[in-house]
This record gives sequence, structure tokens and C-alpha cells, in this order.
Amino acid sequence: MSIEHRDDTGARFGMWLFLYTEVILFSGLFILYAVALSKFPQDYAVASHKLNVWFGGANTLVLLTSSLTIALAVSAIQMGRKKQCLTLCWVTIGLAIVFLINKFFEWSAEISHGIYPGSEQLAAMGPGVTSFFNLYYFTAGLHGLHVLIGASLIAVVAVMTAQDKVTPERYTLLENSALYWHLFDLVWIFLFPLYYLIL
Amino acid sequence: MTDDTHAPVPYRTFILIWLALLILTAITVAVSRVDLGALNVWVALGVASIKSSLVIFFFMHLRQESRLFKLGLLVMLMILAVFIGMTFLDVLYRGAM
Amino acid sequence: MKQTTLTGFWQESPRSGVLGWLLSTDHKRIGIMYLGCIITMFLVAVCLGLAIRLELIAPGPTIMGPQTYNATFTVHGVIMIFLFIIPSIPAAFGNLLLPIQIGARDVSFPRLNLLSWYFYISGALLAVIAIFSGGGAPDTGWTFYVPFSTQTTTNVNLAAFAAFMLGFSSILTGINFVTTIHRLRAQGMHWGRLPLFVWTLYATAWIQVLATPMLGITLVLVMLERIFGAGLFDAARGGDPILFQHLFWIYSHPAVYIMILPGMGVISEIIPTFSRKPLFGYWAMALSSLAIAFAGSLVWAHHMYASGMSDMAILIFSFLTFIVAIPSAIKIFNWISTLYKGSIQLAPPMLHALAFIFNFAIGGLGGLALGAAAADVHLHDTTFVVGHFHYTMFGGTGFAFFAALHYWLPKFTGRMYNHKIAMIAWALLFAGFNVTYMSMQAVGIQGMPRRYYDYIPDFQPLNMVATVGSWILAVGLILMFANLWRGCRSGRPVGQNPWGAATLEWQVPSPPPLENFGAEDPVVTKGPYEYQGVVADEY
Repeated sequence: MSIEHRDDTGARFGMWLFLYTEVILFSGLFILYAVALSKFPQDYAVASHKLNVWFGGANTLVLLTSSLTIALAVSAIQMGRKKQCLTLCWVTIGLAIVFLINKFFEWSAEISHGIYPGSEQLAAMGPGVTSFFNLYYFTAGLHGLHVLIGASLIAVVAVMTAQDKVTPERYTLLENSALYWHLFDLVWIFLFPLYYLIL
Repeated sequence: MTDDTHAPVPYRTFILIWLALLILTAITVAVSRVDLGALNVWVALGVASIKSSLVIFFFMHLRQESRLFKLGLLVMLMILAVFIGMTFLDVLYRGAM
Repeated sequence: MKQTTLTGFWQESPRSGVLGWLLSTDHKRIGIMYLGCIITMFLVAVCLGLAIRLELIAPGPTIMGPQTYNATFTVHGVIMIFLFIIPSIPAAFGNLLLPIQIGARDVSFPRLNLLSWYFYISGALLAVIAIFSGGGAPDTGWTFYVPFSTQTTTNVNLAAFAAFMLGFSSILTGINFVTTIHRLRAQGMHWGRLPLFVWTLYATAWIQVLATPMLGITLVLVMLERIFGAGLFDAARGGDPILFQHLFWIYSHPAVYIMILPGMGVISEIIPTFSRKPLFGYWAMALSSLAIAFAGSLVWAHHMYASGMSDMAILIFSFLTFIVAIPSAIKIFNWISTLYKGSIQLAPPMLHALAFIFNFAIGGLGGLALGAAAADVHLHDTTFVVGHFHYTMFGGTGFAFFAALHYWLPKFTGRMYNHKIAMIAWALLFAGFNVTYMSMQAVGIQGMPRRYYDYIPDFQPLNMVATVGSWILAVGLILMFANLWRGCRSGRPVGQNPWGAATLEWQVPSPPPLENFGAEDPVVTKGPYEYQGVVADEY
């Protein structure tokens, strides 16, 4: 054992610990959401209907599919199919961009209706609706930021794979980036029904 | 302790899981259009939990990891439940004051 | 035999000069860098604390205006909590010792370790910049309570961001330690042979990983609130100010166990060494650390009895608070049982450890008084609370930190300080500490509110006593640090095991070399407190 000692399982475990911290980070927002939902159930249903289910649904499909492609990329590198792995990485990044573009249009539409944190029009809709949109913007915003970070991470790893710094023998970096990416798919799996689908 | 690397998961498995996730998404949307009262949100959370277990165990390879990883996840979920649940000890009983 | 330079890891490095430190991934160099920064920040915050005490020596304005006073106690709190106590023992001594104690050559992620130090130093710089820029130093108290923190014009954003960075640093250290303890234990170092210090670091690291992000999101929300004015915590706009306090204390209560647990670990190392007896109840001690970490996550709302939360919550959180006292008491009793019939040697580290037990017992019992809802409604936001948490944080963790300095600095510098001066400094610290904070507790019971700039003349005698106590404390601190500094520079050289301790770090040279162990990896064959055949080196 020397300082260069390599411990892939340790590296993965460290990544899992980091993912726990991300879950707890988001849980703060979910606590605020849960309390507000129990306080204003009607207002939350009203506000939820103002969101576009099609945007949300499309983004769900995009994220689920990107989760699939990055999982396949890990299998590909394990089986030594470098080319396939690279393609799958770039598809994942492409899907991330689609997700963010979708989000951009969705948010622009809402902001043009005067719905954004701190707007007077929003405040006029009452405390329940205001609370819903505040939390929606901050949660989805934080999620979007993480999607951006995750996609950048995958891009870096894809370049490293192309340069053979990530190889079938040594692919923990790719695997950990994939773990990070899956987590934000997970967060979205909860975000989608909680914000878009309240009856 | 497990080996440092695990066997690659065949593409087929991942694609099946992906299809299951799509079906579950469709179910979430469909159920949300039926009025079940307060149950709606619990059904949504239930389906989301099933979906996340699929992602965690298959996409994230938890199935192949050692017991340590599973225990870690359990500890985290327990603490998460404590944080959310115990906040409600306050919020739910506010009216009683 | 007087050497002029330090050997071991102080000299061995792939790079020379300053870069050899700033880019070093060696856990000992990172630990020393942490230690330097932490002691610097501690001294800054001590000066602020002395200024607060001086202001309160008499009613009315003494040396500063009310706004400066608010800023002073806020910055004193922020620096002491985020820049001193939280990283003090885990980041400095944890980095120095954890790998050696488990027989590893470094932590699991050495580069991440260096990164976490950079987060720490950036957070420290931002905190300092926040004092001198924008709308002036933050005046919210270290708790950043809404609605004041979202409305004050002072520089809360930058201070909150600094705390966010420091939280990140703490998380990375936690991830590193959990992984290291699981993955890098030497051959033969099974869980039953881990030194107690490692057990407490393990429990602490889990809290750092699982609780700190909650602080992160809380501070981010305060910043967003200040930028967008969205009304997240404004009841008129669907928010809930009490939820802020929940989120804040969900982190900040477990955080007090981040602060105290490693201190308890230090004491558990020192007491057996200077009693020449195995630690009483090894597994009770190890498991009580985990129990404290877990139970400590269930009690956060006992800071909020007077906030207007529901009676049901007060009842349950009050009950749970008493439960945390059980594992803490187990530790106190086991230390005392270890001392019983031991061959006690009153060296400076031991004196600090005994002071820890005394102070922490008082602080802990005061905590029970505050945990009882009925008493707390009377004592809430009085200087009794301030006295109480200084008894646990300063009298506890602070003295554990001093004990660790006296115990381990000879290991890492290879030189011994003057014992006689160390004992005088200890006596001054112990006396000054108790005079200061016992008076504060007493005047708090009489009804003096905390954080107040002015007070009625009835409170003056005890406030005067507290201020005089703070001067004794200051003299003790100066003497102690001067003595330690001189010891590191020109003290007598020591061998690898000056105290006759049995844990692994005493089986490598002082100071330890790069990668800690020679060519051969260590193989552990006995427990951390088996003193048979262990002989202390003469110095």
C-alpha cells in the first residue's frame, strides 16, 4: 500500500456519501413544500394547474432517457466499447441541453405572465399560490443548476475517455459522474408529481 | 468486502428498467387525474419511491454493491424521515395552542 | 543535543518552499495548515469576546456604540462557531492523527482533503471581507434568524455565503473520514481496536455528511430571500418564519455534537494514558459516540421552546433532550472509572482533560435545566444560556483542544514545552474560565438577557466579576500559546513516545515521516489501550 494506492470501491463509497449530502440539501426544500402543502391544499392545486404538464412530462421523459443512456455508457466502457460509450455520453449531454432549453421556455412563459419570486402579480394571488411558486422556482432552479453541473462533469469525463484517461480497467470517474447524474433524475422523479400533478 | 469492479450489466436489463420507468410515469400521470382526496399525494410519492428504487438498485448499481452501501443509504433515509417527520410534530399541532 | 530545524514531514515533500505546503496532499501538512489558521481565527475571536466583556463591565456605553456591539457579538459567534470550534479538532487533529492512528499512509482522498482546506480558507477570507465591506458587519447574531436577517442592510449575504463555503469544507472532511475509516485500516486494525478518538471522528463525520447540507440550503434560502424578496419565511406571503428556525437547528443542533464529540475522543485518549490503565468500558464508549450522534439529530427544536411552536413539539423534544444526556453521562462515568485506582500522572494534557470533565459536567447539567421546557421559558435568551454553551463549547471543546495541543504537539514537532509554565497557564485558564462563565450563568438566572447592549445597575457586580475573569482567561491564553510556541521552536527534543501511550501514532518517529510508516505497512496486534510493555521515553 502506498499513497498511490487505488481503491475504486472507496471512491464509489465517497461518491455515495456526497450524494447523501445532495439529498439532504434538497430535503430542506421538500420540508418547506410539505408544510405548505398541508397548510394550503386548495391553493396548491390551483397553482399546480397553472404549470404546463406537457413541459413537465416531456422533461421527465428526457431525464429518464438520459439516465438510461449514461447507465448504458458505463456498461459500454466496462465491456471495452469505447466508441459506443462516447456516443452515449454525448447523447446524455444532448438530452441535458434539451432539458434546460425546455426549462428556459417554460420559465419564460411563466415569467411573462408575471409569475416569478418577488413579483407583485404573484403576491396578489394570495399566500398559498405565492408559496407554491416560490418553492417551485427555487427547487427547480437548484435542480437545473445541478443538471448543468452534472452535464459539464460528463462532458469532462467524455473528453478524458476519448483521450484514454478513462479506460475499461479504470472507469470510476465515469461511474461516479453517472451516479451524480442519476441522482438528479431521482430528484426530478419526485419533483414532477409534487409540482405538476396536484389535482 | 467486494471486488473493486463488478460485472457489466447487459444493455437489455437497463432498457427493460427504462421501459418500466416510462410505464410508471404514465401511471403517475393517470392516477393524478383521478380525485382520491388526500390519498393523491401519497400515491404519487409511492410511485415515485418505486421509480427511485429502480433507478437506485439498477441504474446506480446498488444491487451489486456491498452491504456497507446499502446500510449507508438506509441510515440516510432514516435521518431524512426524522428531519421531515419531526418537523411535523410542530406543524401538525400548531392549532392546539 | 539541540537541533535548529524540524525533521520528518516538515522537510520531506515533493515540492519545496511555500508551494510544498499550499499544494501538499500530505494529511499532516494539511493538518498543520488547518491548525495554524484555526488558532489565528481563535485569537481574533477571543479579542472580540474580550471586547464584548469589556463593553459589559458597566451599564451604558463603555467602549463602543450599540451597532458595533451587535456586529461584535455576531462576528465573535460566526468566527468561533464556523472557523474555530467546528473545524478545531476534526479538521486539525483529525487530519494529523486519523490516518496514523488506523495505520494508513494518508486519507482516502488526499486531493479532496486539500480542496476542503481551500474551501475553509476561502470561507475565512469571505467572512473577514464581510466585516469590512457592503453595508457593514452583519449584526444578526451567528444564527441569522429571519425576519431580521432578510431585512437588515448589513452584509448578511457575504457572511452567509462564507458559512456555506465552510459547511462545504466540513462536508468534504466528513466524506473523507468516513471512507478512510472504512477502507484504509491497517491489517489487524479491526473495529474493536480503533482508538476512541477515531470512533468519535467517525460519528462526527457522519453528522458532518448528513446534517451540514441542511445548513447549506438554509443559508442559500436566506440569500435568495434577500435577493428576490420572495417571502419564503414571511407569513403574509405563505411562508413560515418558524420553519427557518427548524431548518437552521436541524443542522445546528447536530453541529454541537460535531463540536463536542471529537473533544470527547481526545479526552478518551488522554485519560487512559496518564492513568496507565485501559479505558474503562471500551465498547460503551465507542457505541455511546454513535448514540450521541444519532440522538443528537432528534432534539433540535429544544432551541425553540419560546418561538411559538406547538406544545406537542415542546413536550416531545424536551423528552428526547433528556435522552441525549444518557450517552454523555456514560462517557463521564467511564472516564472517572478509568481514573479509579489508576497510576495518575498530572502532566499538562491530563490537567486539561480533567478540567474538561469538570466543565463539561457543569455545562451538561445546565443543558438539562435548559432542556426542561418549564425552566427554559424562564432562562431562554438570558446570559445563563450563554454561560451554558460556553461551559460545553469552551470549557469542553476548548479545553479538549488545549489538551490535544499539549498531548500531540510534541509528537508533530518532536519537541517538548516547559511543563511548569504549562501548569501555571492551565491554572489561570481554569480559574479565569470558571469565574467568567459562572458569573454569567448566575446573572442570567437573575434575568439578564443575552445580546443586550445595556442593563440595569443591579446586574453590575456579577458582570464586573465576569469581565475580570475574562482578563485572567486572556493572561492564561497568552501564557499557554507563548509556552507552546517556544516549546515547538526550541524545546527539548523528545523520542517517539514521551507519554508512554499505546496507540499507533506513538510508534512512529516524532515528527512522523512522509507517508507515516517506513517501507513496511504496519500490522496491528493489540488494542489501543494495552499498556503492558509500553515504556515512556525520557526527555
